[in-house]
Parts: sequence; C-alpha cells; structure tokens
Amino acid sequence: MTELHLNNVSFSYPDGTKALENLTLSIVTGERVAIVGQNGAGKTTAVKLMNGLLKPTEGTVLIGDWDTKDYTTAQTSRKVGYVFQNPDDQIFHNDVESEVRFGPKNMGFDPERVDELTDWAMKLCGISEFADENPYNLPYSVRKFVTIASVLAMDSDIIILDEPTAGQDKIGLQVLGNLLQVLEEKQKSVITITHDMEFVSDYFTRIVVMANRQLVVDDHAQNVFYNTEVLEKSMLKPPAVAQMAKLLDFPFGILSKDQLIKAILTRRS
Amino acid sequence: MTVMIDLKNVSYRYPVSDDFVLKNVSFSIEKGKFTAIIGNNGSGKTTLCNTIRGFVPHFYKGDLEGDVIVDQTKILDYQLGQLGEKVGYVFQNPFIQVSGVKDNVFEEVAYGLENLGVPVEEIIVRVEEILKLVKIEHLREKNPFELSGGQRQRVALASIIVMDPEILVIDEPTSQLDPVGTEQIFDIIRLMKERGKTIILVEHKMDLIAEYADDLLVMHEGELVMQGPVREVFANPEFEKYQIQYPHVTEIALQLQKMGTPLAFLPIRDEELAEALNMTGVKIHD
Repeated sequence: MTELHLNNVSFSYPDGTKALENLTLSIVTGERVAIVGQNGAGKTTAVKLMNGLLKPTEGTVLIGDWDTKDYTTAQTSRKVGYVFQNPDDQIFHNDVESEVRFGPKNMGFDPERVDELTDWAMKLCGISEFADENPYNLPYSVRKFVTIASVLAMDSDIIILDEPTAGQDKIGLQVLGNLLQVLEEKQKSVITITHDMEFVSDYFTRIVVMANRQLVVDDHAQNVFYNTEVLEKSMLKPPAVAQMAKLLDFPFGILSKDQLIKAILTRRS
Repeated sequence: MTVMIDLKNVSYRYPVSDDFVLKNVSFSIEKGKFTAIIGNNGSGKTTLCNTIRGFVPHFYKGDLEGDVIVDQTKILDYQLGQLGEKVGYVFQNPFIQVSGVKDNVFEEVAYGLENLGVPVEEIIVRVEEILKLVKIEHLREKNPFELSGGQRQRVALASIIVMDPEILVIDEPTSQLDPVGTEQIFDIIRLMKERGKTIILVEHKMDLIAEYADDLLVMHEGELVMQGPVREVFANPEFEKYQIQYPHVTEIALQLQKMGTPLAFLPIRDEELAEALNMTGVKIHD
C-alpha cells in the first residue's frame, strides 16, 4: 500500500527549459486518476517524476515515505511501474514472454511467483497467444500491451500508463477497461495519461487537467467537462456524449451513453 | 473521373509466412477522393497501405498475387523511388519516421525535397509554407528527437506533404495527438483534398471519419468486407458484426432504435441527432 505525494514540484531540463511548474498532487492507495491536456502540457514530465525517472528541481516527490531524491530509479521503479509512451523505447527481448518475465525475475521473486505473474499479466493484456512471437512482428497497438504486461508483472503498487489508448481499436479499449477494473480490485493505484475523452469518461471519475506545464484543475469528470473556462484554458474537447447533450440542450452533467439515452427517452415520453 | 488506385484480386503474404495477410482484395479509388481504411488491429490495414505505396512487394518481398495499379501503371513496373514521389506515406509511428540525419525540424522537413533535387531557394519557400500550415513554425530549431509524440506526428506529416505527392497514404496520423491537434490534422488533410490530392487514411476515430471522409474500406482478417460511401457503410446492419467502433452518435442512435425509438435516418454526426430523433422544438446550439 503506497501513497503518492507531489509537493510543489517543478522540473527544468539542464538547459533551463521548464517542463513542469509547481505541481501539488496526492494519489491514495487504489485510486484511479486520468491526466489529460494538450501535447506539451507537461503530463509525461509529471509522471516521470512520480516514478523517479526524473528528480524534481524544486519540491518533493514522496512514494510512501521515500523521497525520490534519496533513491535510485531502480529502487523507486519497484514501487511505481511506468509504461512508456513509445513501446519501442521499452521492449528489448526477442520474444513476448521473456519481455514480460524480465521484470518480476529481476525483482528477485521466487520462480513460481515469476511464472504466476507472467501468465497473469499476459492474459490480462490479451497477449498470451503471442508468447513466443518477436514483439517487433506485432502491430504497434499489441506491442503497447506487451509493455503494459511487462510492467504489471512487476506487481508494483502504483502503475502509470502513458497514452495506452493511442492507436487502440474497440477491442483494445475493452481490454484496457477490463484491466483497470482488475487493478482496482487488487487495490493498485493507476495513473493514466490519455487523449481519448470517451475512454476517460467511461472509466475515470477523477481527472487531472494540465496546460502550459501547470495543473489547471483536479476534480470530478462532470466538473471538468462542463466547465467552459477549464476547457478553453486547456484546449480540451469534452467527450462526444457531452457534446451531443449540449446540442440537445440537456442540463449539466451527462457524460455516459446510458445517461444520455435515459435523458432522451425521458424527454420523449 | 480518373481512377487513381486500382486493386484487382490482390492477395499477399510476407516472406516465410504461411498465411495471407491480404485475401483477394479488389477496389478502385478515384482521383481526389478521401478514403478511410478502417478495421480492427491486425486486419491488414497497414499492409494494404504498404501495397499501395509499393513497399509490398518492392521492399518487403513476399508473394503478391493480382494487380496493383497506381495512376494507370502496374506497381511492379515502377521503381520504388518513382513511387516515392507519387505516393507520400506518413508512418503510423512518428518515432520511426524521423530520419535521424537532420538536427532540426526545418532541415528534417526539407530533407525529402533535397533528395528530389529541388533548388535550395524553392525548398526554403516550400518548407516555410508547410511549417506554417502544420503549425510547427515555433519548432523549427528543435531537434526532432527532443519533440513530444504529438509534435513529432506533425513533423512527420509536414515532411511528406511538403513533397506535394499526388497520393497521400496516412497511417493513423493522430494517435499521439490531443483532440484539438487531431482536428487540426484533419483540417490539413481536408486542405490537401481541396488541392485535388487522393487521400487514403487509416484511422480509428470514427467521429472524425464520419465528418471528413468520402468513402470507407472495411478490412476484417485480411479481407475487404465492405466498401462504399461513409454513410451507407455505417447504415448497413452488416457493419455491426465486425466489432468496429461506430461514430459515438451512431452507436447511441442504434441503441435507441433497439429500445423502440424510431429514427428518421441513421445519424453519423453529432448535429444530426436531434433531426434523426425528430426532437422538434429543441434549441440547437452552435
């Protein structure tokens, strides 16, 4: 059980380019959070600070009671697993199973647990049938699932997914949605960066919006997607359902397809 | 109208593979049309793109059956370089496309024109125009490898359209982009269409396809299972069985229809929903 706290965190690259300014954010055990915002808003920088890949230039990042400045990335990555945005930055084995197995094996788990975690993660990510394939023979969207499985197999308390929805089809999105439910049951905290607002409104209630290297708002989905000021500032588009609800002049708050259908049926009767 | 791309009974399998990834695919695309290829991952969309741009079989080898005809000439009669001028291809993964031999965005976008032997003065003018069009002027001095996924995706698109090919094959150009950036890309594609380009796009975002594309090709397990104007394909009940995303508004309308609500027609764009449901007297916002 690990909580994550970012206190007034800023990050600048060595050349002075600021990538993140004064971010304060807490994520409790088992919580599911979506981070949204335009390209270049600082989302990836924020999550790389959360698992110790980057160390803050100001402020503190606490993983449980560990200050990331006092630990190596190898140590912090045992607590916070990060799935890279680009799967090709992550994959380095010649077959899918070895790639997934590497993490838990390297963690020093006993062989049975390594087997168990490897099988569980591959199954959850829908890639068991590709166990012996070379990851580079698989489509981009499936390679992404290989990298997700590799991180899940490490059984860390906190998991960060950087744009898992990119390039996914309907079936891929369903696998992701199911995976989020399973991780919630296991009390894992999951932080997801995505541009897919339909995916966000289907699976997340807490939304963190970023723009121009800063936090804009950290709130419930309804308060985010129906807040014109926030949407304009962060150049976000509400999910399709909210746009349709607005066109039909329904009151504030409709985000899911079921809510919209119910509202339409009620109005017609 | 002239036919720009014509496939007749095309089947293909990669070298050392037992299975055909394209199975007896036939279609023609007229000059100036915007055609979207849709289908779930692994259905053969990217291989189909590779066939149109001649990488199948010129680069990947393997067994190609049937005829692939691009601008009245069989693909086997082209040199790969000639096809490169005619067919611009924007990679699915922008992390791969960046050349790696140029250290800023301006030069990266200019690279293709340099290889085509275009005079320097003309290169500068054309690159400037495209940087502006794709809204990446502010990135001109940046190293392509220091860009975010979304920024790279724009650079990748700019690097191709600057060469002004007649045919654009674009494989998931917006997967790493935010919603506003995605719309900007679609606006650029629309502009290319207005300039008379023939456009083939692979994309999963059906709401945008419904808004921008003329025709659909639906791929399923290597077969071309449906083709036709966008609205007709989505309205065909057969579409549902391929487990492909509908435009969100279509999905909602179909569900309402199943629950007994009559539809005047099947909407494929958000703004059509009120009319399709005959919800008169409803105030319509912009």
